[in-house]
Amino acid sequence: MSEISESSRELPGALADIRDDFLALSVSDRLQMLLEFSESLPEVPEGMVPDDAWEQVVECQSPVFIHVDTDGPRPVVYATAPQEAPTTRGFASILVHGLEGLDRDAILSVPGDFPQSLGLNEAVSFLRLRGMSGMLSRIQRQVAEAS
Amino acid sequence: MPVAADLSAELQQYAHPERLVSTQWLAENLNTPGVVVVESDEDILLYDTGHIPGSVKIDWHTELNDPVVRDYLTGEQFAELMSKKGISRDDTVVFYGDRSNWWATYALWVFSLFGHSDVRIVNGGRDKWIAEGRELTKEVPAPAPTDYPVIERDDSTLRAFKEDVLEHLGKPLVDVRSPEEYSGERTHMPAYPEEGALRGGHIPTAASVPWSKAANDDGTFKSLDELQKIYRDYHGITGDVPVIAYCRIGERSSHTWFVLRHLMGIEDVRNYDGSWTEWGSAVRVPIVQGSEPGEVPARW
Repeated sequence: MSEISESSRELPGALADIRDDFLALSVSDRLQMLLEFSESLPEVPEGMVPDDAWEQVVECQSPVFIHVDTDGPRPVVYATAPQEAPTTRGFASILVHGLEGLDRDAILSVPGDFPQSLGLNEAVSFLRLRGMSGMLSRIQRQVAEAS
Repeated sequence: MPVAADLSAELQQYAHPERLVSTQWLAENLNTPGVVVVESDEDILLYDTGHIPGSVKIDWHTELNDPVVRDYLTGEQFAELMSKKGISRDDTVVFYGDRSNWWATYALWVFSLFGHSDVRIVNGGRDKWIAEGRELTKEVPAPAPTDYPVIERDDSTLRAFKEDVLEHLGKPLVDVRSPEEYSGERTHMPAYPEEGALRGGHIPTAASVPWSKAANDDGTFKSLDELQKIYRDYHGITGDVPVIAYCRIGERSSHTWFVLRHLMGIEDVRNYDGSWTEWGSAVRVPIVQGSEPGEVPARW
């Protein structure tokens, strides 16, 4: 399937595992997994990210904010999204977990079509997936600008 | 035997109070035979995070639309969906959802295209139910299939196509999008993804009445008196002449359609579901930019 081949190149390990896990499931089970991701979006401790450091992902229909801490040896991705927007939370959570521990180059190498490779296109409208692309591109831009 | 309407005093002001139920009525009627509760949300996962006990989910994107052609289900497909959701033709279907019931009213409107007669909205929707601390469950019901008849969809009464709107120019049109979408500064909702219209602006002569004018902060509908002031007194929508409402893809205008048709009792109101994503990309249809409604062009 083209949705696999386009993104299989150079996809870092954790993201490749997440993608393979999604693709191994039926469409309804993929949604269940997205829901589990939404429930596991790490809570950002109060004060961990300064208020003015958050960047809003305007492609998303809900208020979603991204911040990449680039001060340490490896970038750390933070994201917040409201409880009443579980789909968006799920997308943010996939990126937070999938990019965890990766170095700068690995984050920058993630293909822009990763969101389209998860097999969610039938279940979640294309527009919602664009929100996830908006998150990924912002993360990559923040990482690129910091170096 | 139809299920009795919610007789709460606050609903009796509306033209068709039987189209609304309060959260309290719903809480008391969750187990009433013949009542099916349907949740319809913008966020496809919201139902799975917790829903009103016994309710079934209907997804606007994957279940009400044809997957290929930009259109709604056929009669056969709708009958199949109803069977799957455990809905019989004479059931009372009570809709609720997120975002002040945008998708709940949209689903109700689609059901109405198939002539499902007893359809109602929970005033205040999902948010009000939750704000009141009422029960939610993650348990998904497994309804017994029903024998729903195949009904041909009626697109002539409640639905408007682009050609109908062109014919209608000069009669009341309600654009329910944000002021920025109306003026043409943007072609999509603020903070929403760009949703593919090539041109910005509005249909000539359309009045700008954002859907939210009809909703209170808690997601309930404004009082009839307030609605009359906005639509009838200020915008001259009296109901003597047919009305068409539109937005971007037909969801916010379903909310306004519900208000005009069922709360104010205007007989001839249609929803143009093609809305701006069609009009703003169509070749050689007239468009007006800016905050004024504009004139019907002499020709186009």
